[in-house]
Amino acid sequence: MNDKIAMVDIFLMGKRYTVPETLTIIDAMEYAGYQLVRGCGCRAGFCGACATVYRMAGDYELKVGLACQTKVEDGMYLAQIPFFPGRKANFNLEDIKPSTAHFTQLYPEVYRCLGCSSCSKVCPQDIDVMQYIAYIQRGDFEKAADISFDCLMCGLCVSRCPANIVHYNAALTARRLYGRYIAKPDPFLVERAKAIEEGKLDAEIDELVAADDEKLQELYNTREIEK
Amino acid sequence: MAYTPQLLELMKKVEETRPSRVGVNFPRMSQEERRDVLEKFHPDYIEDGFRKIKVGVDKGTRLPTEMADVFESWSRLRDVDLDLNAPPDYDVDVLIIGGGGAGASAALDAHAAGADVLIATKLRFGDANTMMAQGGIQAADKENDTPAIHYLDVMGGGRLENVPELARALVMDAPLVIKWLEDMGTMFDKKEDGTMITIHGGGTSRKRMHAARDYTGAEIMRTLRDEVINKGLTVIEFSPAVEVILDNEGRAAGAVLYNLETEQYQIARAKTVIIATGGSGRLHYRGFPTSNHYGATADGLVMGYRAGAKTIYADSIQYHPTGGAYPPQLLGLLVTEKTRGLGATPLNINGEQFVYHLETRDVESSAIIRECAERGLGVPLPTGITAVWLDSPLIELTHGEGTVERQLPAMMRQFQRFDVDIRKVPMLIYPTLHYQNGGLLIDENGHSSVENLYVAGEAAGGIHGTNRLMGNSLLDIIVFGRRAGRDAAAKSKDMPVPEKLNLDHLASYHRELEETGAADDRIGPILLPHYTHR
Repeated sequence: MNDKIAMVDIFLMGKRYTVPETLTIIDAMEYAGYQLVRGCGCRAGFCGACATVYRMAGDYELKVGLACQTKVEDGMYLAQIPFFPGRKANFNLEDIKPSTAHFTQLYPEVYRCLGCSSCSKVCPQDIDVMQYIAYIQRGDFEKAADISFDCLMCGLCVSRCPANIVHYNAALTARRLYGRYIAKPDPFLVERAKAIEEGKLDAEIDELVAADDEKLQELYNTREIEK
Repeated sequence: MAYTPQLLELMKKVEETRPSRVGVNFPRMSQEERRDVLEKFHPDYIEDGFRKIKVGVDKGTRLPTEMADVFESWSRLRDVDLDLNAPPDYDVDVLIIGGGGAGASAALDAHAAGADVLIATKLRFGDANTMMAQGGIQAADKENDTPAIHYLDVMGGGRLENVPELARALVMDAPLVIKWLEDMGTMFDKKEDGTMITIHGGGTSRKRMHAARDYTGAEIMRTLRDEVINKGLTVIEFSPAVEVILDNEGRAAGAVLYNLETEQYQIARAKTVIIATGGSGRLHYRGFPTSNHYGATADGLVMGYRAGAKTIYADSIQYHPTGGAYPPQLLGLLVTEKTRGLGATPLNINGEQFVYHLETRDVESSAIIRECAERGLGVPLPTGITAVWLDSPLIELTHGEGTVERQLPAMMRQFQRFDVDIRKVPMLIYPTLHYQNGGLLIDENGHSSVENLYVAGEAAGGIHGTNRLMGNSLLDIIVFGRRAGRDAAAKSKDMPVPEKLNLDHLASYHRELEETGAADDRIGPILLPHYTHR
């Protein structure tokens, strides 16, 4: 059933290795003998640790991908960017508001976007990065939060930006502002938290904590299940 | 399309039976049926995967072989000369080992309580299973729900083996945790009026699963991390702890850190220590692929155990029913339970459902293993393994077009990268090694059996009994991270600066290893999995 797996040549920082074509870049680096310390994280496309830049032999175009989410191809020249020294503005969320005035103080460079769209082209999550920067400029934090949501903070956008914008940190601040100030709080949650803090729900649960296994099992087996 | 012609041929069966399955619920198992399938097919019950540990405080306790291997190992410091009582490199109230959700939560609450905090972590801050948790976080914050109802689900799901006080703390803090996260700007899925959108998970009796699309853990982790940085707390990356240091009274008093890049050791002295190092999926019990982060190598369990911390249910491992099985690049990858929460169902080679789609994880996994192993009704894959279908196209037939993109964007993207459109074609899945149900035993403040040593997150045990429900892990890391952080901060206020720091516990551990010959030439904690030259 299992045909012989084809091999391909890849170039890790310029050095050639022959690896099975079914592997992701991460797996291929390990197959080649690397013990990874940086440039490897969740291995499932959630953490942004393994941002990778590559080019195919004979082509001038630089491509990007997450090493754990990209299959190797024959003639792939690649290097990882395991860290990028992007700036983060520190803030106290309670002292700022979702306003352009506050945002300008935290991330003034956001307003110097040149509109080149390099960030959007480079995003491995296919996020329209430049568009959310534009929303931030306009003070539309709701839209910025929405379209930047799938960001993994891998830093590739920052590596290509001629205006030195740190998109992923600006986006995270926008999302926190949205979550804190624009999205409405859940009314019942506030009430429930208060009831717990006041000890109003203690009696009900203490009765269960004190119950023996037989009683608990019976309650569990016969509990009502919401449709 | 990534599926081979043979797979596409088999897929036709799924398409044929689909219309007759829409809106039809497969019956749930009885308790007897559940027990039967668990005992026959769950890896926890397959005895040759376990052995009794020969050394340490729980000598004679059954552990998975691969975990026993890392427990029965020599310290990395066996032949290293360290002056533990020279002026330390770091000197703090609360040392937190691990920079995932539990560590970050502990740091924030310890800091809020006035403690001087240090986080030392093996990889980057935020590199943790927390980041990968997709489906959700449970909390009883609806009018038809209460913490007591949540408690019943937790205990029943955990086979009543949970430590009741821990389960109580978990469910009672849950709404407070959601509010805490929301106040920090975490973007939960909500309706216009602010009401949380919540759904079922396996084993829940109320719809109490809160989500942030299917990036729930990532959204929580990046918010916590941002807040820790905002507060100016010190975080040292790529510097795992390799041993806990004790003082002359046997209390935790710091840790030896190892800089992975300069390969130098450093001493962190601390009045209290919190182990928040996460799980152990990268030990690949029984050869299973894993959904876990690269760093999940049981480091904290090993260190804590050597320092004398007792374990509980360390032999109880959770296999998530839906790990990616094909294409091969997705092997072991978590297919979030939310996929089943939204109505996708497991099917055999004949396109027939064989188990209710939202049984608890242990039962669901066992039923899938049975379908492949005993009944021979799995789908054979070109890679030589068998799998079952997960009929994801049912989701949009039930909830309407656009649901997958809106509710499962990460899942959709991951499969699309390898040319599988999960809206149109069913996924191929098989159980994947997902979670360590047990760990180091704690009390409701996260305190272990060693004085001044706390444990929070996946490294801790007792909360979930021998089977955790979906959405209770993101919850537990924050509940017990915060509790440990607060208690450690309070404790450190009454503690003088620790004196006579030592690693004497290693000497006696090594003596036991020598006497039993248990360690061979193994060194632990392993810190990084070794996948080279496979």
